[in-house]
Amino acid sequence: MTALTGTRRLARLVLRRDRIRLAIWVLGTPLLGYALAGSVAGIYPDEAARQGYATTSASSLVARAFNGPIAGTDVGAVVVAETYVTLALIVALLSTFAVTRHTRQNEETGRAELVGASVVGRYAPLTAALLVVVAANVAAAALLAVALAGAGLPLAGSLAAAGAVGGVGVACTGVAAVTAQVSVTSRGANALAGAVVGLSFVLRAAGDVLGDTSADGTRVESAWPSWLSPLGWGNQVRAFGGERWWVLALPVALLLAAVALAYALAERRDQGAGLIAPRRKAATAATWLLSPAGLAWRMQRGALLGWAVGIAVLGVSMGVAADEFNAMIEQNPAAAEAINAMGGGADLLDAYLAAMLGLFALTIGAYVVQALLRVRGDEADGVLEAALATAVSRTRWLGTQVLAAALGAFALLLLAGLTTGLGYGLVTGDPLGEAIALGGAALLRLPALLVVAGVVTALFGLLPRRSVVLSWTALLVFLLLGQLGAVLELPQAALNLSPYTHVPSVPAVDPAVLPLVVLTTVAALLLVTGAAAFRHRDVPS
Amino acid sequence: MPVISIDNLVKTFGRIRALDGLDLRVEAGEVHGFLGPNGSGKSTTIRILLGLLRRDSGEARVLGADPWRDAVRLHRRLAYVPGDVSLWPNLSGGEAIDLLGELRGGLDRRRRDELLQRFDLDPTRGCRTYSKGNRQKVAIVAAFSSNVELYVLDEPTSGLDPLMEAVFQDEVRRIKQAGATVLLSSHVLAEVEALCDRLSIIREGRTVESGSLTELRHLTRTTVIVETARPVTGLDALPGVHDVHEVDGRTHLEVEPAHLDELLGQLVRFGVRALTSTPPTLEQLFLRHYGDEHVSADDPAPARAQRAGAR
Ligand SMILES: Nc1ncnc2c1ncn2[C@@H]1O[C@H](COP(=O)(O)OP(=O)(O)O)[C@@H](O)[C@H]1O
Ligand SMILES: [Mg+2]
Repeated sequence: MTALTGTRRLARLVLRRDRIRLAIWVLGTPLLGYALAGSVAGIYPDEAARQGYATTSASSLVARAFNGPIAGTDVGAVVVAETYVTLALIVALLSTFAVTRHTRQNEETGRAELVGASVVGRYAPLTAALLVVVAANVAAAALLAVALAGAGLPLAGSLAAAGAVGGVGVACTGVAAVTAQVSVTSRGANALAGAVVGLSFVLRAAGDVLGDTSADGTRVESAWPSWLSPLGWGNQVRAFGGERWWVLALPVALLLAAVALAYALAERRDQGAGLIAPRRKAATAATWLLSPAGLAWRMQRGALLGWAVGIAVLGVSMGVAADEFNAMIEQNPAAAEAINAMGGGADLLDAYLAAMLGLFALTIGAYVVQALLRVRGDEADGVLEAALATAVSRTRWLGTQVLAAALGAFALLLLAGLTTGLGYGLVTGDPLGEAIALGGAALLRLPALLVVAGVVTALFGLLPRRSVVLSWTALLVFLLLGQLGAVLELPQAALNLSPYTHVPSVPAVDPAVLPLVVLTTVAALLLVTGAAAFRHRDVPS
Repeated sequence: MPVISIDNLVKTFGRIRALDGLDLRVEAGEVHGFLGPNGSGKSTTIRILLGLLRRDSGEARVLGADPWRDAVRLHRRLAYVPGDVSLWPNLSGGEAIDLLGELRGGLDRRRRDELLQRFDLDPTRGCRTYSKGNRQKVAIVAAFSSNVELYVLDEPTSGLDPLMEAVFQDEVRRIKQAGATVLLSSHVLAEVEALCDRLSIIREGRTVESGSLTELRHLTRTTVIVETARPVTGLDALPGVHDVHEVDGRTHLEVEPAHLDELLGQLVRFGVRALTSTPPTLEQLFLRHYGDEHVSADDPAPARAQRAGAR
């Protein structure tokens, strides 16, 4: 038996376990790329519009930090600037989670022991996971190239852009292979890999902010920190702006080096062990923890803190960018129209701010879904069974979770409004006033988030086994209706399906009470339905 | 009034009939063994008793109440150890014990610390890093530190090593002494034999046997090995005697307890020199219902009858 015996069988097992996730990933990335490319091309149809976009992007530090260095005025370059960072982050996280799931998580749950005792070589589980994840990245990139070319972009640039995205996935696969050896827990492994991704984002942002602008003002040459970042490499490929193909070798080199390191680490450690010993924790519970509410807070606080930091940074940036935005729309009527469609009002700056708050509300919807689906996760794990066998009623248990998610959404919305207002106010000179005004405007989105909570709760009560997939699908549909509905000119009846459609787009329009009351009523009905269904069904089911 | 009484309980999951007319009676103060092979419906029964699953038909009462409607009130009076314990991954073992105990309505701190020591469990480790055995210990400690009337334990010792198994048995005896009732689902027969006053054996969602170990033994055969001065004859004609064969000059046979007397009457005529009689072990009882050879007292298996007749 060699160290790789059984790799093929294990790879088939990985494929079998992940067939749905992989299919969504491999098909979803190109579809998303196609949709985004189409809508961006529509917003910047002519050279003049793109010239304006490129000069603004090159001169705006916020745009450089979040969108990367702009590489000229080709439609493709604009598409890359608008979509690359998002796609790259998605692919980075998908790759990381997939590797951890099939390596460290198997060891953690003891599945690996079962497998390890059969005819399977020492390196086979890791190799099988890496093969599948790399193959998924390659397949997704190939289809993305087809999708971009299909959307009408030049072929060479499409290949380079897709390669850039795929390269990020490949690099992160390598990173995760190492972190899976280092940490004893799958959560720890994901957190470490996530930290590496975060660091790459920061390095890239720093390098792009510090970079030089070209003489014509439509290109940015990043500074050295971007070259230290796997996320930055994708930009350095310069798709649609004079491709540098050799840069695509960097992620492959990183993968090979990381895999060699991972094998070396795997050789030196025991099954189930890691390099970082887990921390010791409290031997007894603090008094505040000893209730469903205390537990909910304990389970959510980490995620909530992460969200708060992310939202605060984005909020201030978006607020500061509002002023730069003023400059940009003067040069680009089409972009102005798009913003206007999203924000739905007359004053463009207010429309921009309203659109940003709307985006925040959508994003915070993901927090609500994730927070509430914990109950389902607990049910699937079996923890819920133990909890409900105590003297806590089902209604109280579920109610506490819903309340916690709603409070979290309230806090994050408020924070989003406050920080956006603060950033905008810092530029215009009235930070406090703008913070209060936008904080209030943001909170008007809460009823839409309560509807999201209601949808998840109803699904959890009525269709527990499908609730995870259906909840995320619902949120995705809301997102697509909100972001692309206007661009795709969908009928109003379709747009009305999303609770976000009904939120008055303050500050672009005046607040209205009726829609908020209706949304809250719908949310209450959904919550009551979910709770009643939960009370009457089997646990676990 | 029995602490648990179940009559004709039926539970289906889609097309799977997990419980098919199950009966169970657990009296106050007893340790009741609940035996059955994997998939026979033990966990399903227990979840119905906890009001987690809803029964399709039949009656179930726990401490005089309906477990589905009065779940919360009942849960104050009972403690549960699930068959496959999973815990909140980011809590420590100690925190999980405190939380489960408190949600149940409070726990005895002194007992908790004592149990942690006895079960050799490190409460400062994250639940995520516990092995199956250690997670099981967390649930056992949390249950045994509560002062309740009824303990429902679903295969609580799967994953414990023999040393811990002994500690567990001690603790079960202790709560029994304190007057509590225990429903112990298990397929560790030695454990059931050591702890249980009465037991119920289930198979494919039905109760096939129920009673004290002594009672159950009376339902099945005793193994007799006898050495006589002259070769024994005429045994095949006796009622209740089975599987007669000779090994090294000794006669081996199985006899139904009710016919022991007639057997002895026949044997003494051949000059008994030595005789051992062994009551059935729990394992034999168990295998009688699940083993390959399905032998019931009034329906001797053809294979055995043939072997006996061939001599
Ligand atoms: N939620 C469920 N859905 C479908 N089938 C189930 C479910 N729970 C249990 N079963 C089935 O019911 C039967 C009894 O299971 P269980 O009570 O867990 O048995 P035991 O605990 O004795 O091993 C098994 O055939 C099992 O597969
Ligand atoms: Mg079971």
